[in-house]
Parts: sequence; structure tokens; C-alpha cells
Amino acid sequence: MATYGPKPAPPNADKRWKLVDATMRKAGGHSRSLIETLHTVQEAFGYLDEEALRYVALSLHVPMSRAYGVATFYHFFTLKPGGRHTCVICMGTACYIKGAQQLIDAVHRTLNISPGETTEDGEVSLLTARCLGSCGLAPAVVYDQEVAGKVEPDSLKQHLAKWTQHDS
Amino acid sequence: MTLEELEEIGRRERAAQEGFQQHVNVCVAAGCLSCQSDAVKDALSNEVASRDGGKRCQVKGVGCMGLCAEGPLVSTSDGQLYQHVAPSDAAEIVESLDAKPVARLHCPTDVPFFERQKKIVLENSGEIDPERIEEYIARDGYLALTRALTEMKPQQVIAEITTSGLRGRGGAGYPTGLKWSTVAKATGTQKFVLCNADEGDPGAFMDRSVLESDPHRVLEGMLIAAYAVGASEGYIYVRAEYPLAIKRLKIAIRQAERLGLLGSNICGTEFSLRIDLRLGAGAFVCGEETALIASIEGKRGTPRPRPPYPAMEGLFGEPTLINNVETYASVPPILRNGGMWYAQIGTEKSKGTKVFALAGRVRNTGLVEVPMGITLREMVFDMGGGIPEGKRFKAVQTGGPSGGCLPAETLDMPVEYESLAKVGSIMGSGGMIVMDESSCMVDVAKYFMEFCMTESCGKCAPCRVGTYQMHRILSAITNMTATENDLKTLEELCDLVKHTSLCGLGQSSPNPVLSTLRYFLAEYKAHVREHRCPAGVCAMKVQETVTA
Repeated sequence: MATYGPKPAPPNADKRWKLVDATMRKAGGHSRSLIETLHTVQEAFGYLDEEALRYVALSLHVPMSRAYGVATFYHFFTLKPGGRHTCVICMGTACYIKGAQQLIDAVHRTLNISPGETTEDGEVSLLTARCLGSCGLAPAVVYDQEVAGKVEPDSLKQHLAKWTQHDS
Repeated sequence: MTLEELEEIGRRERAAQEGFQQHVNVCVAAGCLSCQSDAVKDALSNEVASRDGGKRCQVKGVGCMGLCAEGPLVSTSDGQLYQHVAPSDAAEIVESLDAKPVARLHCPTDVPFFERQKKIVLENSGEIDPERIEEYIARDGYLALTRALTEMKPQQVIAEITTSGLRGRGGAGYPTGLKWSTVAKATGTQKFVLCNADEGDPGAFMDRSVLESDPHRVLEGMLIAAYAVGASEGYIYVRAEYPLAIKRLKIAIRQAERLGLLGSNICGTEFSLRIDLRLGAGAFVCGEETALIASIEGKRGTPRPRPPYPAMEGLFGEPTLINNVETYASVPPILRNGGMWYAQIGTEKSKGTKVFALAGRVRNTGLVEVPMGITLREMVFDMGGGIPEGKRFKAVQTGGPSGGCLPAETLDMPVEYESLAKVGSIMGSGGMIVMDESSCMVDVAKYFMEFCMTESCGKCAPCRVGTYQMHRILSAITNMTATENDLKTLEELCDLVKHTSLCGLGQSSPNPVLSTLRYFLAEYKAHVREHRCPAGVCAMKVQETVTA
């Protein structure tokens, strides 16, 4: 591995890079730890930007194209920062059968955002999930990491209102 | 760790349990947790502590009890199951242990939902604290491993699995014994065992529940498999969407290592195994074995042609055994009770039990483990309690995006690998979603096609382009803008994609369309000819609805 040159320095003095470095070190700086490392970056920073991708690619000696390829292949990774609050609507079959589309329409009507978008003020992001595995409680929604079951458009709107009112 | 030491741990744990006169178990698996069952558990613990300092009654968090729709669930040592328990009910429940059960919260357990089940994989779910290895050992955990390591040769282990007739529970139903013996015979510098916990089928949550309720069972299954095939390293590939399962797996691995049941020279033998977790990152195709391997190697999860099969050339080019969570979880009881015991359960070609996730338009949603060969009718109407709100049954969907929608005519068919395939669906991983007359089958087919279209990895053209075109036609049908010709093209595309795609995702992606065309053609025709949706779901729309 000597031909690759030394490991680059983190892009800036942010302490969170130490977490990223620790993940890579634990895997012996091997390229196979690319996905784990990106998980750590996203956990620490919330999203993957070009700077982070470049740093990880250089450190693990993989081409930038592969880092970008992996980051865009997997739905879990996001390349743009999310809002202060996130609302994840489960679109699994059970939730779909029980009206998840109405929930998405409700968010669209109230906040004018579609899945994958964030409100202009950066307050709320709307995401969809393939399946949360909470099918017994369909339709399910995750409000900021907290799973809620048997959600109806009205209770969803109330929850959104709480977020938007509290913060203004 | 010797057999005697293991038994001693079990004895001590059982004695400690028996020291309590009363027990209260609170479900802390994901379903009930999202109904705040942790607050219920805290309230019960406080209540018990305030009464007698917690010496007489034990409150503990346990895994899934099955009936997720009625959570939070609490079971007590006087044989009661309580549903929809709130923290404010704590005092009443604790008091009831010395008096009469709380009728207000009573959840009947003498109903088919519980009585028709046969729990093998889920035998500990809802009974033990998933975060304590001692409780697993107290219920004969790791006994099968210790016996296998000290008393059996690897070939004997494989023979036992072959006798049991166990088949892969991930969907395809490949005979597990055969798979193990292929990997055992393969040569390489190192061998790997992988656990596929990338439960991607929407509507399936069996694996999540097993990992959350009884993680040690999966580890033990992997250990036995590794011993049988001669592997020294293992990975569990688990969805990042299951944080609780990940947390409990990590705890379980640490505990097993501490007791010397995982790591080097297990049970004082030559056998060593290291198990690591790898997190998925939200790609359905990674449930396909070659894509899963690529993902563990840190690459984009795209499948590759087989052969060579992973049994010959898998992870890092070495012989690799891949099984699903439920398959591994079935292994310890098979070794404990013998292959013959397992082979007596189920049907001629499908042995044992299968865990299903009942969801959708059915009264009792949740997790059930049933012997193979039970009929769909028993599952939907007896165990599931039928369709709520007086609506009529329309279809049951099995096998997720790779499966099909089965109509009322098929309800009396036994549930087994072959019979499901015959009517155009698959066993799949065990999702079972019930639909009533309020669902439009064309819309459902479109939903699954959209799923396959977005989840197609893009490597082979039939799947990448075919799913897009099929989705386009299905959208046109639901928008009432399709013609008879489109229907014909749709059928042709189904045939083409099914026979020319590279991996299982593409090959099975037409199944939802094919099965709905087969059983619900009238609905397609109503959309195309009469421009109406019999279920009233689809409307003539100019603008697209907001889609994922």
C-alpha cells in the first residue's frame, strides 16, 4: 500500500472527523469499509457533502467515482442537509393499503413539500421509507426518530403544526 | 465454557427467576415500543419497587408477543395478557396479581390467533429479556452448540439438518442441508458465514422481530452453521432501518464473547468464529445474495451472474454460506430435538414452521408462527379474525414485490413452497398482506412495480428499462388513458422481464402484475374499456399524484 501516499488531513478542525477517522482505523483503512465510513459521516454530520466524500475516498484509496457511486446508490445516504425536523412516512405495503398516500398528500397540502424535499425555512423535511417493519401499526410515521402508529391525516397535521408553531 | 458450566449458568438463572413469586413481562419490541411500552415498563417497575422493594415480583422487558396491533402488551404470571396498557394502569395490574385480573385490559388468549400457532423460532419471544444471555441459556440456549462442538462431527450436524428437511426461509426455499454440504465440500483459504438480515420486503417484519426478541438464537444458529461448513468469520448484514435490532445484536455479540461462546477456541475446541455486523444502507436489491456480498465488500450492491455460486466463490472470492435470519433461528431447536422431530411438522415437501407477518386489512395484525400446510383461510379468517368494518375480502398478497396477489378461490390451499408457486405467488420471506374491496388491484400492481422500478439496480437492461415501461403502462391504466394494446404490451413485457433479467429482483418483478392479470382481469378491463375504477381508488387525473 506504500504507493498510495500518506493519509490526507481532515478538511477542517471539526472534532467530528475524529469519529470518521476512528471508523476507518478500526477497519485498517481498507477500502471495504467505505459504506461503514459513510454511515459514520452521515451520523456525525447529517449528510454527505463533496468535501466529506473526497476526504473519505482519498483516505480509503478508492476513486472518487466509487465513493460517489456508493453514496448515490443507497437510499439511506443523503447528499443534502435535512431540515430541523424530519417526518418519515412509511410506504410499505401495509401502510400503503391503509392510506400512506393520503398522509403524503396531507403534508403536501400543509407544507407544500414532496418526499425528499425540505420546507424553504429549513424547518421540516419529508421523507418516505420503504418499510419500517411496523406493519402491525400501519400506517406508520417517524417524527424525529419517534415512531408513531395508526396515523391519520389530522393527527399528522397536528404534529406538523406543533413543529412549525413552536419554532416561529 | 464446558457443558457443565453452561448448565450451571442455566440452573442459577432459573433459580433466580423462581425466587420471584410473581412475574410481569412487558413487550419492548419495536411495535409496542412505538406505543410507549418503555414508559409502561418503568411505571410497573416503580409500582413494584414501592410495594415490597421488588423482592416478590419481577418486572422485565421481553420480546414480541405477536399481537402488535393491540400493544403495548403485558403478560403476567397468573396467565393474563393485557392489551393497550398505559403507564397509569400499572398500580391496577400489580394489585391484580393478588386478586382478580383486570377485566378492562383483558386480551383473550384462547382465540385461534394464539391457539393455532406452533412456536419454534419464536419459542422465546415474549418470554425472555433479549438483552440478557443468561435468560437464553436458562431456556436451553447454546446447548445445541455445545453438544455439536463436543459430541458431533461437522458431517453429522449437516446430516441432522438434511434430515429435518429445513428449507431457506428467505423466500426461495433452497434445501438448507444441501447448501451447507456444498459449502462444506468447497475449498478455499478461508470460509465465511453470512446472515441475511436485510429484510427488504415491505410488509415483512419477521426477521426484525426475531433479532429484537431473541438475538442469541440467530448467533447460535450461525455458530453451528460455521462449525458445520468450516467457516471462521461471519457477518450479519442488517438493515440500518432497524436500530433496535442492531443494538440488541451488538449486546448479544458482546455477551457471547464474554462467556467464550464466540471468539477463539469456543468451548475449548479448535473451533473459532468471529461475528461482525454490517449495516445496509437502504437498497432492496441487497437482499439478493451476490448483491449482499458486494455490499459487504464496500461496493454498490449490484448482483452478478451465477454460477459461480457464493458457495464456491462468495465474499472476497472465498466459499460463503448465506442464510436468512429465520433459517439460522430454526437451527438450534433442530439440533436439540433432532432432525426427525422437525421433519414430522409441516407437509411432505415443506417441513417445519414458518413465521408470517399478518398485516393490512385484517383485524388481528401481528406476528404468527404456524406449521407449514395451514390454509390461507385459517390464517386470514381464523387467526387474523377476518376483515374489519364489515368489508369483503379481496386478495392476500404474499412474498412482497416478488410475490403475487391471491384471490378468494385460493384461500383453501395449503401454505407451502410448491402450492404457492403453482398459483403464481411465492412463500417469500413471510409477509402476508390482506386486502379488501377498498383496494384496487391495478393500483396495487402499480405500487409494486414502482417499488421494483426504483429498486432496480440498473445493471441489466430488461429490469432497468422493463420495470420503467411496465410502470408507465400501469400508470396509464390507473389514469384511464390506456388502450387494449397497452394491456397486450404489458403482458409481453412481463414475459420478457421475467425470462431475461439477471437476478431474482428483475425475474420476479412481473409477479404482482401477472397474478393480478390472472385473477383480476376484470378490474384491468374496467379501467381500460369503461374508464372506471371498481374500487374507486383511481381517478382520471391530469396531474400526477405526489409519489415517493
